[in-house]
Amino acid sequence: MHLIRRQRLQWVILMLVTSSMAVGLVVYALGQNTNYFYTPSQIAQGVAPIGVRVRAGGMVVVGSLERAADSLDVEFDVSDGAVHLRVHYSGILPDLFDEGQAAIVAGVVDANSVLQATEVLAKHDENYMPPEVADTMSAAYREANGLGGDY
Amino acid sequence: MAMGSTKWQWFYRLGSPRWFYEISGRWLPWLVCATIILLGVGLFWGLALAPPDARQGHSFRIIYLHVPASLLALAGYYIMAVTGAVGLIWRIKMSFMLMKSAAPIGAALTFMALFTGAVWGKPSWGTYWVWDARITSMLILLFLYLGVLALQRAFTSVEAGYRASAILALVGTVNIPIIYKSVDWWHTLHQPATLKLTSASSIHTDMLEPLVVMVCGFYVFYVLALCLFTRSEIVQQESATAWVKALATSESRT
Repeated sequence: MHLIRRQRLQWVILMLVTSSMAVGLVVYALGQNTNYFYTPSQIAQGVAPIGVRVRAGGMVVVGSLERAADSLDVEFDVSDGAVHLRVHYSGILPDLFDEGQAAIVAGVVDANSVLQATEVLAKHDENYMPPEVADTMSAAYREANGLGGDY
Repeated sequence: MAMGSTKWQWFYRLGSPRWFYEISGRWLPWLVCATIILLGVGLFWGLALAPPDARQGHSFRIIYLHVPASLLALAGYYIMAVTGAVGLIWRIKMSFMLMKSAAPIGAALTFMALFTGAVWGKPSWGTYWVWDARITSMLILLFLYLGVLALQRAFTSVEAGYRASAILALVGTVNIPIIYKSVDWWHTLHQPATLKLTSASSIHTDMLEPLVVMVCGFYVFYVLALCLFTRSEIVQQESATAWVKALATSESRT
């Protein structure tokens, strides 16, 4: 390769390396702040700021969903497998919201360590299957394969 | 262009706009046929024949546009960056022309990925938009494409526009692995990848097969679009050359 082209190639590589390093350092410095939500464990350990609006994500614990008979108030537990976080919400839940599925809630954790949510989002997992296949898969099989949620 | 050694001559012939114009002209009918067949079969198979998803019902079918558009938006950025680098190092105009043509296609595909994602997000997540790592880094990709497009036109000298936008394209490649790995590195609302290179994909075969056809269809469509944009760029930039003038007169006569 001609000397001048080799020099240009070296410049291009240098540019790629330095820009990657710069962005890598920025990403490293941002660290946890880049996460969209905290896990219930992180909130229990006090990693998440107290008294301000935070987002928490995890699996909606099966059997924990309680709906008020006379209002839109709902309460449920969100879990990351280790810690359960009680969530209170008043409003309409998204279509894909269900027990045993992942959800992300946004709100303030109160003194009774209940998260008073102002927003509930359903988090879909990466699994796609026809209804018949889903029906024939037993709950135990789904758990064992990590289907139906990330946590 | 200095041709120092015969070793590199094939490389420079590859860089001849006239050669590219002629060979791509021969490819065009095949590319058009393949695009229509693959996208037609893929869309009918995916939208009409594939089973609905157990939890999302029919709304999951947007995957047949969202995933191929996102894949090509990322792959197309590498094409733009590599052709930009080749242009910078060897000062090959042909390579710059390919880079310039890749920008509008990539921008359109990125917009399509963001738009189909938002349309799907409203019924599935409960919101059109969130600022999580995946979606935000994809928005940055759109701005990078638009930045490359703007830089190409920001200079009076075509050559200066090529070089400046190639540098931006190269620096922006850092974003591609970030987009790809964002769902694994951080907690995001966006789900992790369904199509996986190293292990079995977490999608049922009946739904996967039309998706593979759609991805192939988008790849062929990308090549077709790149050829068309590049041919128009060649004719514009080489309008002073004898062969383009001859081409123009012969086409106006027929």
